[in-house]
Order: sequence, then C-alpha cells, then structure tokens
Amino acid sequence: METYSLIVLTLAATLRVATPLLLAALGAMFSERSGVIDLALEGKMLGAAFASAAVSAVTGSAWLGLGAGILTSVALAMINAFATVTHRGNQVVACMALNIAVAGLGPTLALAWFNLGGQTPQLDGPDQRFGELVWPGAPAARAHPFPGLLYAELLSGHSLIVYLAAALVPVAAWALYRTRFGLRVRAVGENPLAVDTAGISVAALRYQAMLISGVLCGVAGTYLSTAASAGFVRDMTAGKGYLALAAVIFGKWKPYPTLGACLLFAFTDALASRLQGVALPVVGVIPVQFIMALPYVLTVLLLAGFVGQAVAPRVIGVPYSKEK
Amino acid sequence: MSAAKQLPRWADLTLLPVIGLVAALLVSGGVIALLGESPAQALKLMVSGAFGTQDAIGYSLYYATNFIFTGLAVAVAFHAGLFNIGGEGQAYIGGLMSGLVCLALGHWPFWAVLPAAVVAGAAGGAAWAFIPAWLQAKRGSHIVITTIMFNFIASSLMTYLLVNVLIKPGQQSPETREFSGSTVMPAAHELLARIGITFTPSPLNLAFGLALAASVLVWIFLWRTRWGYELRVTGQNPAAAVYAGISPPRVIVAAMLLSGALAGCLGLNELMGSQHRIVIDFPAGAGFVGIAVALMGRNHPVGIFFAAVLFGALYQGGSQLSFDMPKINRDMVVVIQGLVILACGAMENLFRVPLAALFGAFGGAVPPPRDRAGEGTRPPAGKQS
Repeated sequence: METYSLIVLTLAATLRVATPLLLAALGAMFSERSGVIDLALEGKMLGAAFASAAVSAVTGSAWLGLGAGILTSVALAMINAFATVTHRGNQVVACMALNIAVAGLGPTLALAWFNLGGQTPQLDGPDQRFGELVWPGAPAARAHPFPGLLYAELLSGHSLIVYLAAALVPVAAWALYRTRFGLRVRAVGENPLAVDTAGISVAALRYQAMLISGVLCGVAGTYLSTAASAGFVRDMTAGKGYLALAAVIFGKWKPYPTLGACLLFAFTDALASRLQGVALPVVGVIPVQFIMALPYVLTVLLLAGFVGQAVAPRVIGVPYSKEK
Repeated sequence: MSAAKQLPRWADLTLLPVIGLVAALLVSGGVIALLGESPAQALKLMVSGAFGTQDAIGYSLYYATNFIFTGLAVAVAFHAGLFNIGGEGQAYIGGLMSGLVCLALGHWPFWAVLPAAVVAGAAGGAAWAFIPAWLQAKRGSHIVITTIMFNFIASSLMTYLLVNVLIKPGQQSPETREFSGSTVMPAAHELLARIGITFTPSPLNLAFGLALAASVLVWIFLWRTRWGYELRVTGQNPAAAVYAGISPPRVIVAAMLLSGALAGCLGLNELMGSQHRIVIDFPAGAGFVGIAVALMGRNHPVGIFFAAVLFGALYQGGSQLSFDMPKINRDMVVVIQGLVILACGAMENLFRVPLAALFGAFGGAVPPPRDRAGEGTRPPAGKQS
C-alpha cells in the first residue's frame, strides 16, 4: 500500500515536472524544424518566469502574468529572429547571448522594483497563481485507493497549464503533419532553396516558427513561477531549457516521441527527489546526482548513435541567404 | 554578400568590436536609467572600482586571468569551425585535477608542484572535451549540444565528489581541506615585493603570467605552425582541407583537446591562486564569459587579452557598483556580458553592412579580404546528416 501510493505520487510529480519541459520542447520542435537552433529556450522561459511573477505580484492576476510572460518570451524570440534570420547572425551565439542577458536582467529588475534581493514577492493572493484544479469527487475518491488515488492524484489536482500542455501535443502533431504551414516548416528546415523557389518566404516561415516557440516558452516560464512555485527566484529554470532541447533531440524532433522523452526526463527528476538518501535493496543508496545526470548522459548516447539515431533537420544552424 | 561590401581588415578587427561594445554599454545604460540611477555615475563608479586603486587593479586582472584561459579555449575551437560551449565543464574537471595534485603533493616544493598541476589541469580539461570532440569527428554528433550536456554531467559529478568523497570530514560546506602552503600560487604582491615594488595585496597571482604565456603559445601555434595552419584551413573550408590532404576528424579532436586544456587551466588561478581548496561551482560562469571574450577579441590572443581585461574590470567594477548603488547588483554585469555577445557576435552584420557601405562610399577601393580568421559568424562545422 505504502509503495503503491509512493508510485502514484511519483508519477503525479512526473506530470508536473514534465509540463514546462513539454511546452518548451513543443515550441522548439517548430523552430528547430524550420532550421533554427533553439538554444534560447532557457532564456525565454526564465524571462517569462520573471515577467509573469512580477506582473502577477503587482496586479494580483495570474492571467495578466501569463500575458506578460508570453509577451516577454515572444519579444526575446523576435530579437533572436531579427539577429539570426534577418541579419543571418550565428544562431548559437544569439541564443547564448539571450540566455546570459536574461539570467542577469531578471534579478536586476527584480531587485530594483521589489527590493527583495533579486526575487519577486511571494505570490499568495487568491488569483495570483494558477492553482490546482480539483476534479469532482476527487477528495472522496481517496477513500478507495485503487483506482481512487489514481484519479485524485494523477488526473485531478494539477494546474490548468498541465492539462493545456497535454492537450497541445496532438495539436502540435496535427499542425506539423496535417497543415500547409506544418509542411512548409518541415520543408524549410530541409531545403530552404526549394521553398524559396516556390515563392514562399523563408524568413517569414522562420519568424512564425520562432513565434510559436516564443509563445510556448512563455507559458512554460509562467508555469514555473506562478504554478509550480509562488514567485520568481534567481536562475529558477536551472537548465530546464537545455533539458527541453535535449528532449526534442531525444524525441527525434517528432511530437509524440518528444512527449515520451519529456516524461522520461521528468520521471528521473521525480525519482531523484524521492530516492534522496533512500537505501534500495541490492544496490543501496544511489547518489541523487547520478540520477539527475541521466537525461544528459542518455542524450549524448543518442546523439552518438548508440541508442537509435537522431537525424536533425538538414540545414539546422545555417542562415539562409538568397544570393548563394 | 557581394564583394563590394567588404570591410578593411583593421576595421574588422578594431572598429566592429568597439562599436559592439558601445552599443552594449548604451543599452545597459538604458537599463540603469530605467532603474532610476544615473548611467554616467554608474560608469564612473565602475571605472574607479576597477582601476581606481592598486588592489582594484589586482582584482580586475585576477578575474581577467580566468577569462583569458576560457577566451583562448573558445577561440581555438572557433578557428577550427567548432563552437565549444563546454568551457564551464572542462574548467571544472581540469580544476579538479589541478586541485587533486595540490592535495596529493602537499609536501613537494612549489617548483615541482607547478608543472604537475598545469599538466593535470590541462589533461583534465582536455579529457572532458575529448568525448564530445570524438563524437563530432567520428559520428557527427552536434558538438554544441554534447558540450552543453557535458557541462551538466560535470556539474553533477563534481557535486557528488565534493559532497560525498572529497569533503573535509566534520564540515558542512562541500569543499576539500586547504592546500598546503607549498602548493599555492605565489601572489603578485609577494612576487613584486621581491623586486622591491610594493603592491597592495590582492588575489592576483602567478597564474596571470601563465595566462599570458598561454596566449603567446596559442598565437605561435595558430599562426606559426603547420598544425595551426591545418586547424585554420579546416575551420574555413573543410572541403579544401580534405583536398589538401588534411584529415578534418583528426583536426577536430586536436582542436578540442587544446581548447579543453586551456579551459582546464582555470583552476590554476581560481583554486591554486585564490580559493586554496576545491570548492563547489568555482568556474562560476567563466566558461560562458569566454564566449563573449573570444567574440570581442576577434579570436586573436591580443584581442582576447584586452577583452578579458575589460570583462575582468566589469566584474570587479560591478561588485564596487553594487556597494555604492544599492538598487543595482552584480547581475548587471551579466546583462552587459549578454549584450556584448549579442552585439559583437550575433548582430555584428547589423553594424558590419552599414559600416562597409560607409567605407565603400568614402574610402574608394577597398582591398579584398585576406585571412579573416576573426570572423565569428560562421555556423559551427557540425555536420548532422
């Protein structure tokens, strides 16, 4: 019984940890498929986390916070697009620049505006956070652990953004594989010259793909500061943006495998916090750091071609120039 | 880009970085003004905080030492067409190795410890760069992604080692015991005192000299040896390199080993020179500052030296600024760093094109570009197919 409820709780934690990864990863799937390296997930999420927490703290509305988070993330994505698509700058350099600038800008603005040492105020008002939605009958269902606990913990009791992220997976898959826009995005990452010859603007497509990534990273960042926790703290993304990109690669730039990778990576995270200092049978205590490093090790193994093969969009990282 | 819009080489090497820096400082000044402080006053405080006193200069150059090592590391990889974002992890593992040498050889004299620590640090950094390099060379794994992953793996590994293995017994904070006196880098003020110059104590130490020596060696390697030539050819045109009988996979591995080795020397300054023990997260972002330094310094050791001193001054001046302006903290320096990378790296075409047009309008005929080794806008040579 004890083990059962532990497993259910770990799985529920997995869903919560996976949410920001999934949102950012779905966004990156579009920008990367259009041929632009999206290393800036980290910065876009962090910027959105700050903006949403700050606006929510001032206005008392998590929804206004969400709007601010999305706007901030989109603004960063557009700066990125301006540098790399319009001016054909190095995509990796542009992303690192944004990540670093945002890592400094968040705490700087937070200190000046709220004077709390680089954080935003604690969000404890009734509408300042995206609270947990309790489904009908969930509290009562706990009385019958199987399947009541599954219902109460796994299906019910998450914030709206968790359900939104889950619903976005089929939407993203449909958009990428069943719409004209999706076909063009996939084509422009494989052969931009052909797309250009067909009279379709390569730059416009890449801007649109990066806009999608901006919106989704905005939601992901908002989730971090106004749903998963109650406010912005310094460096609160803590590498989640890079982990999300790893999930896209691990998911071979495809929606459902990417979902699987996000769940796997989130599960290792949830497991690591459960296993902290717990002695397991046979193997004893597994150091938490080893479990935490697992997603990164797996991604390297995949990129090395030892676990399946990851084939990136063909022209990823190469600025498109009409004149050549 | 059409051939008419080329910049003269001197402008590429000096004017563009300066314009980028000015643009970054202007935007930062806007942020400071937005926070309700005077940008001019902030700049004044930062300059005096970085160069106003002897110990301020010492601190600035001490930070610069770290950035010379990581900047050279990024630059060497850049010349081979590779983007090494893993300087942070390579510095971490290299520093671990230097630190372990200091802990193990505490009874040796300094002149014997120093080469051992340098070799260990370089070997540790090179080893951490080797796997991503090999995967790029042999299996086409994108080196940007693998080096980022290796940063996180290094961080997990070091946390594990410091919390569980290397920690000094009976203490809370995850750090080792202190290095013995004979394994510590001589401080600059001690060395200067020996030749009769008094200098206020600061963490500036012999590692600064080692960083300068490394800069000279990198220059000789890149521009005065066959290996350096092969490396630059591979970076500029892998197809031509193959045609000339150069093996790009071998060059990729060699360039990354050298790059990792340079980053691995960070521990010589940070641990042996200042902390005198292995502490958690000692690279503290220096690997990423290296990107900004290499971009601003146009991947040339001389440029890297000036850019590293500039960033050292920013770090030291930034701490001073946060004392004097309570509304501003040291994170402001990180903002400036990001903006410099944006302006000097990603957006340089924004300045290059109008500047070239200007030169074209006033300068008449401009000689065609020769070796534009400093160009950082090439995508990394990651072949993913």
